[in-house]
Amino acid sequence: VFHTTRPLHTTQQCLAPLPPLPEKGGEVRYGLIPEEFFQFFYPKTGVTGPYMFGTGLLLYFLSKEIYVINHETVAAACILSVIIYGVKKYGSDVAAFADKLNEEKVAKALAVKNDAIKDLEAAIEQEKKEQWRVEGRSYLFDAKRSNIAMLLETNYRERLLTVYNEVKKRLDYQVAMQNLKRQKEQDHMIQWVEKSVVQSITPQQQKESIAKCILDLKALSKSAQAAV
Amino acid sequence: GPLSERRLMDVKLGELPAWLATCDVSPQGLLAGVRKAWGSYYDKYINVKRGGPAGISMLLAGYCLLSYGWNYQHISKISFLGSV
Repeated sequence: VFHTTRPLHTTQQCLAPLPPLPEKGGEVRYGLIPEEFFQFFYPKTGVTGPYMFGTGLLLYFLSKEIYVINHETVAAACILSVIIYGVKKYGSDVAAFADKLNEEKVAKALAVKNDAIKDLEAAIEQEKKEQWRVEGRSYLFDAKRSNIAMLLETNYRERLLTVYNEVKKRLDYQVAMQNLKRQKEQDHMIQWVEKSVVQSITPQQQKESIAKCILDLKALSKSAQAAV
Repeated sequence: GPLSERRLMDVKLGELPAWLATCDVSPQGLLAGVRKAWGSYYDKYINVKRGGPAGISMLLAGYCLLSYGWNYQHISKISFLGSV
């Protein structure tokens, strides 16, 4: 069975999208004989022409025994009646079912197309947003530049502080050294003076000074008693 | 138009032999003719959105007639005395 569809790409202009399928097939009368047969006879014989032709042909076949009547005729008659009854009764249901299948197919394809369109539209929105973001680039760079300037400033000030602290430490050290030296000199001199004074006190002088002290104390006690 | 490109319905009766002569009867030509005929039948009666029984019923009727024609010799020799 050959499955040729309508010829595609035969003309120079390619028809895309494809034209839709025709709604109904060619008209057929009694399910067997196309309308063209009746149209062919209409100009010469009117409406009854093809029926007369058919009846005459049938009688001719019967009379000349070109069509013999045997058991097969009866079988054919029964089969045909059953088929026609089935088609008349269930035809519309089958047609509705087939239509539903078709619709599902079309709906699926349409859903795919709509999804693709939605995705593309979302992508377009994203792209527009990105373009808007590009405009804000200058602000971004200004902020970054000010950040960097602040970092540099902070760093510079930290280092300045370090320098100040270090210099202060060294100067304090020098001052402490000088104070220590002065202190040590003072202590040493005081000790040396005390030592030499203590040494210079001879025993003779000691006795004399002790006697003098006792006399003084006695005089003081007398004056104190007098005061009381 | 020129004779070879007209369809069968447009050819007048007197020109019929000439038209038949222009036909392409090589195997490829016959095959192409059969394909075109089936394609036009299929597109007209079967490849539609809302077809009916007409598409295949005509094929079945044609098959019935053809098989009757092939078996005519056998059918016409039936003797009524021998059959039930």
